[in-house]
Amino acid sequence: MARLNVNPTRMEQTRLKRRLATAKRGHKLLKDKRDELMRQFLEIVRHNLQLRKKVEGALSKAHRSFTIASAVMSPEMLEEALMYPKQSVALELSTKNIMSVNVPVYQFKMKSDDPAEIFPYGFATTSGELDDAVLALSQTLQDMLELAQSEKTAQMLAQEIEKTRRRVNALEYVMIPQLVETIKYIRMKLEENERGNTSRLMKVKDMMLEEQRQKNIRQDQEAYEAHCLNFEPKQ
Amino acid sequence: MYKIAVIGDRDSALGFKALGLETIFADTPEEAKAAIHRLAAEDCAVIYLTEQLAQEIPGDIDRYANAVRPAIILIPGKTGSLGIGIENVNKAVEKAVGSNILKNE
Repeated sequence: MARLNVNPTRMEQTRLKRRLATAKRGHKLLKDKRDELMRQFLEIVRHNLQLRKKVEGALSKAHRSFTIASAVMSPEMLEEALMYPKQSVALELSTKNIMSVNVPVYQFKMKSDDPAEIFPYGFATTSGELDDAVLALSQTLQDMLELAQSEKTAQMLAQEIEKTRRRVNALEYVMIPQLVETIKYIRMKLEENERGNTSRLMKVKDMMLEEQRQKNIRQDQEAYEAHCLNFEPKQ
Repeated sequence: MYKIAVIGDRDSALGFKALGLETIFADTPEEAKAAIHRLAAEDCAVIYLTEQLAQEIPGDIDRYANAVRPAIILIPGKTGSLGIGIENVNKAVEKAVGSNILKNE
């Protein structure tokens, strides 16, 4: 593992230790976030899958009725029948915060609650299959909106989970080992310096002692010589 | 107040008109593309798009994947489901979990 390119000083070591503590804490938090996101995501996506199957089935059925209707009726008449809808749908959009991901929540309001209002045409000139198709579609609308909500939520959560996972991995496998390695390197270097310093001091001390000893010997020698001169026997 | 739109070929989308949804007829991927971008800029929160058109313009759909609005939801067109919608859900699972753990459910 590569270590960071820093000066091996005590100050740098303190700084890195602080960074390591932050990284470890961030790693733990992100890991928790990822786990919770995953739990929520799986719940939603299971629901989503069921809903999608249901909606697709219902829509296929509606399309079948519609195809028959369009075979029975001329395209112009079909278009004319559906041209001016009586019903209209308004959608209220709010957002919900799931682990700091803003997901949409839809609430829709029909203009009128009368179920007969979905047929914007007279029954005289249209075929019964068209009624079936429109009815089937209107019954699916609620599910379709729910599908839209859960699918969008699932998409956004998946994106966020991927992002969070990347961050967790980056911290776990790159950032933290790097910091640990660098701190260890600095500690070793400082200890090595310390040892180097000690042995140098010992060496210097030895040298000083040796010097002192030489000096003493020299002094002794001189004293002795002086003494010998003084007490030289007179002739 | 936001709108709900349906984009598809004439036969697939016409039925939704009766429900009061905004319907846009698009026979070519280019038309669908233009419609999506226009609706996204307007006040449209949900766009239902037929899978037949969606399979031609995946890039334009992905562009709105991260935005809260609009949600582009694939629905089967008149010729039936192509399985792209389900496939997208599975892809999301794969992206989030790493492998598809819901395959057998």
